[in-house]
Amino acid sequence: MAVERPIIGTDLDDLRRDDSRGIPNSDVADAPVRPSLDQALAGLDALDRSGGSARATLAQRTWRSTWPKLIAFGLILLVWQIAVWAHWKPYVLQSPATAGRELWNQLGTSLFWQAVWVTAQQALIGYTLVVVIGGVVGTAVARIPVLRAGIGALITGMQTLPSVLWYPLAVMVFGVTWRAIILMMVLGAAPSVANGFISGIDQVPPGLLRAGRILGARGVSLERHVVLPAAFPSILGGLKQGWAFAWHALLAGEFLILVNPLSLGGRTVGAETQGTYGVVVAMMIVIVFIGIMVDVAFSRVTTSVRRRYGLIDASAG
Amino acid sequence: MTTLAPTPGTRTYAPAPSVTLERVSKRYGGGDAGVVALQDISLAVRPGEFVCLVGASGCGKTTLLNLVAGLDRPTVGTVDVSIGDPGGSSVPARDRDPVAGTGTAMLFQDSALFPWLTVAANVELPLRLRGVKKSERRAVADDLLERVHLGGFGPKRPHELSGGMRQRAALARALAQDAGLLLMDEPFGALDAITRDLLHDELESLWADRGFTVLFVTHNVREAARLGDRIVLLTSRPGRVAATYAVDLVRPRRIDSTEIASLAAAVTDQLRAEVGRHGR
Repeated sequence: MAVERPIIGTDLDDLRRDDSRGIPNSDVADAPVRPSLDQALAGLDALDRSGGSARATLAQRTWRSTWPKLIAFGLILLVWQIAVWAHWKPYVLQSPATAGRELWNQLGTSLFWQAVWVTAQQALIGYTLVVVIGGVVGTAVARIPVLRAGIGALITGMQTLPSVLWYPLAVMVFGVTWRAIILMMVLGAAPSVANGFISGIDQVPPGLLRAGRILGARGVSLERHVVLPAAFPSILGGLKQGWAFAWHALLAGEFLILVNPLSLGGRTVGAETQGTYGVVVAMMIVIVFIGIMVDVAFSRVTTSVRRRYGLIDASAG
Repeated sequence: MTTLAPTPGTRTYAPAPSVTLERVSKRYGGGDAGVVALQDISLAVRPGEFVCLVGASGCGKTTLLNLVAGLDRPTVGTVDVSIGDPGGSSVPARDRDPVAGTGTAMLFQDSALFPWLTVAANVELPLRLRGVKKSERRAVADDLLERVHLGGFGPKRPHELSGGMRQRAALARALAQDAGLLLMDEPFGALDAITRDLLHDELESLWADRGFTVLFVTHNVREAARLGDRIVLLTSRPGRVAATYAVDLVRPRRIDSTEIASLAAAVTDQLRAEVGRHGR
């Protein structure tokens, strides 16, 4: 059905395109001058965009996240001290002051720093392998239906297995070497990372996949430019959990597989056999401290990623 | 009929293809549980034509666009997107050299901008996927953002923009594909009336500049009358072509003009009649 006859451009239509002409005749003398498209859009954009409150300074944010930790730490020291005062297991339990002094002594020795260095290197190598293997397996399982049906459940099953249970197998495969420890880390932690990738990829909005394909992303480039970045906030959760498991496996491995007495786990064993429990406690404090530092780093990254993705209110923390 | 002649540009854009659907049906699932999304749709869109598809829920509008985009295949019938006259010697647009541009661009109701990229990086992505050099990409993205009145917003993240700005950024990203065919799936459906009105102007002016073919899906009848050279009314469940209206109104148009209102009224009456059949 064809509709009304075509109309010729009216004054209003002309006015709309050419603002510089101002008011063309007295009939529309009271009408406001219609702004150009540029002006109108600029005005609308200015109105639409909220001001956004300023973020707190770094010092403020650091203090806000630190003081609850300090209070918690103080409470733990208090409970510990009360146990000492109550003479609970007096031969084993050192007072916080003794442990603190022991820790201070340790910090002054080069052997201690060598142990930290050895453990940190192992952690870095092991965790890198955990991330690479977990990431590749997770992506493949999430994107290839046959693999998902085949080993999807197996990965979840492996996740429930404590990493120390891999100790006998690891020693059988690699003997008493640092490779056995790395194997424990990978077997214990890679399933967590893989599961993070799988759940992250499953949650990618289909609209973004469709947009990616329309823009010309196919196969590997679709994974690289759309799927993995879209899944990244969830993947980070898996990476964090994977780190916790890898760190557990590493220390358990150092404790059980006596490759190098010059590692955090190795020195803890040494102190235990020599009965210097102050050193044991000092080592435990160091291990907890490293764990907290890495956790803080992960939280920082997670928050900044979520902010960039627009997943949290810009004015928050 | 349009009166806005394409502006003589400094560069040439991708040639606009024709879109031909011949007796296309799309069925999801088999047996009694299957759903017929589209039934026996035939439609011919001329190169450079602006066609609006209007229909109520369940008319298979999104399915239709997916078929044209090549994201899905028809159960029966053929979909052809070709450069040159249909029936003449034509080159399927999707077989063109990918470096020359992706044949089809698409705009969605939610902008589908990637939140992990800045606005500029979003616009650059289709160029990057085609292997365009970084410096060149940046220059093109800057130009396009300027063109949709978002100059200076390149370093922002999508979530920092308003809904209307996001749609303009998505439009710039679609333009970066340098596609001859632009598919639009209710792109302005979630916007307020003022923003939508301005984006109609923006889209019309871009279309006049570049002369691409547009398939625009909406359930806003006035919007269809404001923008289209032609309005195609689809029925619901299954989607079929119920009526076609030629919009012989001179451009630029105003959505609040009486001509648009009376055309929209006629289309709406027909649409109501179609919807009413499902109430019985």
